[in-house]
Amino acid sequence: MDMPIPSAEILSRRADHIAALKSVVPADRVIEDVIGLRAYECDALTAYRCTPLAVVLPCNTEEVAAVLKLCHDRGIPVVPRGAGTSLAGGSLPTADAVVVGVARLTDVLEVDYDDRIMRIQTGRTNLSVTAAIEEDGWFYAPDPSSQLACAISGNIGMNSGGAHCLKYGVTVNNLLGLRMVLMDGTIIDLGGAHMDAGDIDLLPVVCGAEGQLGIVTEATLRILPKPEGARPVMVAFGSSAVAGACVSDTIQAGIVPVAIEFMDRPCIEACEAFAKAGYPDCEALLIIEVEGSDREIDHQLALIREIAERHNPDEIRESRSADESARIWLGRKSAFGAMGQINDYMCLDGTIPVSELPYVLERIGELSKEYGLGVANVFHAGDGNMHPLILFDANKPGDLERCEAMGADILRLCIEVGGCLTGEHGVGIEKRDLMHAQFNAQDLEAQMIVKDVFDPKWLLNAAKVFPLDASEARRA
Amino acid sequence: MTQTTFTPTTEDELSDIIASAIGPFDIVGGGTRHTPAGHQRLSTAGLSGVRLYEPGALTLVAGAGTTMAEINALLADNGQRLPFEPMDHRAVLGTTGEPTLGGMIALNHCGPRRVQAGSARDMLLGLRFVDGSGRIVKNGGRVMKNVTGYDIARLHCGARGKLGVMTEISLKVLPLPERTATMALAEPSPIAAVAGLSKALGSPFEVNGAAWHQGRILLRVEGFNDSVSYRADQLAGLLPGLTLVDENPWDDLRDARFAATTDRDIWRVSLRASNGAKAAERLMGMGVDVTLDWGGALLWASTDNGFDLRSALGGLHGHATRLRGAGDAPALEPAADGVAQLTTALQKAYDPRGLFNG
Ligand SMILES: Cc1cc2nc3c(=O)[nH]c(=O)nc-3n(C[C@H](O)[C@H](O)[C@H](O)COP(=O)(O)OP(=O)(O)OC[C@H]3O[C@@H](n4cnc5c(N)ncnc54)[C@H](O)[C@@H]3O)c2cc1C
Repeated sequence: MDMPIPSAEILSRRADHIAALKSVVPADRVIEDVIGLRAYECDALTAYRCTPLAVVLPCNTEEVAAVLKLCHDRGIPVVPRGAGTSLAGGSLPTADAVVVGVARLTDVLEVDYDDRIMRIQTGRTNLSVTAAIEEDGWFYAPDPSSQLACAISGNIGMNSGGAHCLKYGVTVNNLLGLRMVLMDGTIIDLGGAHMDAGDIDLLPVVCGAEGQLGIVTEATLRILPKPEGARPVMVAFGSSAVAGACVSDTIQAGIVPVAIEFMDRPCIEACEAFAKAGYPDCEALLIIEVEGSDREIDHQLALIREIAERHNPDEIRESRSADESARIWLGRKSAFGAMGQINDYMCLDGTIPVSELPYVLERIGELSKEYGLGVANVFHAGDGNMHPLILFDANKPGDLERCEAMGADILRLCIEVGGCLTGEHGVGIEKRDLMHAQFNAQDLEAQMIVKDVFDPKWLLNAAKVFPLDASEARRA
Repeated sequence: MTQTTFTPTTEDELSDIIASAIGPFDIVGGGTRHTPAGHQRLSTAGLSGVRLYEPGALTLVAGAGTTMAEINALLADNGQRLPFEPMDHRAVLGTTGEPTLGGMIALNHCGPRRVQAGSARDMLLGLRFVDGSGRIVKNGGRVMKNVTGYDIARLHCGARGKLGVMTEISLKVLPLPERTATMALAEPSPIAAVAGLSKALGSPFEVNGAAWHQGRILLRVEGFNDSVSYRADQLAGLLPGLTLVDENPWDDLRDARFAATTDRDIWRVSLRASNGAKAAERLMGMGVDVTLDWGGALLWASTDNGFDLRSALGGLHGHATRLRGAGDAPALEPAADGVAQLTTALQKAYDPRGLFNG
């Protein structure tokens, strides 16, 4: 993976830059020692690492502004960081960059159930946002699988999704307002506790801009009352294509499941071996979860059963209790852990039109044979967001490269059938150079224009998202 | 003097027109909402037609000039709809013509169902547009989850065409419910009404319409027959006296038709729900007619001509738009300095010659 050559000028003045940082924020906010910096040298895309110039963990928005202004005036690149769980290298530093992390900004600033909003500092983890309101019967809807660790800041950076987004939407659909610091230190507020904007609305472009437009320190989130209950049904099929058809029929029938999860044979087998969830021996499995009162759930599950039966399933297993629900989810929730036990794996994240599911699964099978690497499929089927896991051996020379090449082929396939490179993990460095496959020069130019406006010197996380050749002229 | 009207039928043609333009345009979709400034006209009528519709994938792609009538009819035939209830401005503005898809996105429409289904922005999957330099751009796509690059498609939602001319739009659609039920409860005080609406919206019963209009709380639930009965019962338990009514007030609320028959100024105010209650009380004391939607978070005000509503609101609002009428105050809410600078710079970047300034 190419990264721009770090500025020798900045590296040579490291001591001076660190002293300057300590002059604008209290010294204990700055991490400069080798051991301390190690924790920040990568995110969850661990194949790529780089020690940053320094790390700053400010304690409020004003400190963030002071650090950014200093870096701006000195021309030092900045990499914003939440919890560092990005799978795309979004928070991977460069050697000449200061990492500005929001880990110390974790307060709940306001909760208002009457107005159905919550205001928080963005370093707070996703799960602890819901935890703060759960006892009162409320929740924050976007729930990435990494929710125990990931921060709202990173969720905003990547516009993250989760298992429940089929019904409730992703981050951008649940974000009402934010406070952010621009690279020159200006603090701005976008949106608020009201539901829309009166003119051009910058909020949706900041959400998902992967830390390239500013550092978000506070967010106003839409919160929701918890449903009365939720229960899944599991349906086993003899082929992936038939499972795909069942997905399409279900969402067209007027049922709005909270989740439709798909697993194929390799994934089911790995989960069985790992978690012993008691899954049937089949080619493809759907887990469909619906919400409501007991009566409403029964009704929806009956409708789903009716639809599924038209597709001759091997088995239908409806949950009747919390215990049975937990068993159905057990395998799915341990899928990544299970795959990790048997192999190294790379997790892809393309989206396809739901109707292309059978064809895409078939092609992935063929690619798997061509490359000689196993693939397990587990994904959010309701919205076409696929997570093929390519299995490889990190200790075997050449395997990682082959795995990356195969991953790129699968993502190109997603684009070919009308889909996209990434449904929720973001571009980062991982898919940066594949952007040419989805966008032409004009399309990229129209996006980079936005960065020109927010960060004219291209100092914020600049080596990400856009192919290096496309952004070269802009990056100093 | 009649104005020149350009009606390109392809993006390339549109791009040429824009690239060789010497003066500003009025971008015209259906012309139902926009009062043209008298510039040369750029019509999207030639950029119309449904390009792709996959009911099984809940996806629709159509030219920006496609009429809402055509889209709504097609969706209804397939038991689907645009869930966010786009507003039809013809009644309040006294305009004719057919609203178009492009106009709907340019205004980021959303009706009463905003509280549950979001706005046009939330259902937008992608779009194609031509910017003020004639650059043909695509962003987003036709799939439900997509974080590939910056989301500049959503920047066009509510931008009133200032960033470019949209040519093609992809949207997520949803199935029509089996049944819709409306409930009402008399409540003269906006403060008590919003407290009631908050109670309903804070329940798990999936209320998707929550308004206060002409002294009544109005609630709506939709879904499967049996589920609607169940939730209506539960809500009546929460708000004693709430009863099912056999009427549809929602289309009128969506289009603010209740304000159409007067010649007063009409304002649309977006604000925090509890502030909606406070603002309503204050404005009513000043002789303003008020209706609340979105559980209090949307306030419709009919005022005397030239009334400065923003001052009267005293900072309670997020933003206020004067939809009809004139006065010294600008029609759109001025943004705070830092934000205004970014917005202006962005407009300039997409439209360096100021062709789309309205
Ligand atoms: C096991 C596992 C499961 C996962 N499951 C999911 C899933 O289900 N759905 C999903 O969408 N993702 C998932 N992810 C990916 C990842 O967790 C998300 O992208 C998450 O939102 C990142 O949050 P973070 O706080 O760790 O951000 P980081 O990794 O620190 O940063 C992510 C991006 O946001 C930027 N950023 C961080 N903080 C700020 C800030 N304050 N202001 C501006 N920009 C900022 C960074 O520069 C970077 O580009 C998973 C990851 C793992 C490891």
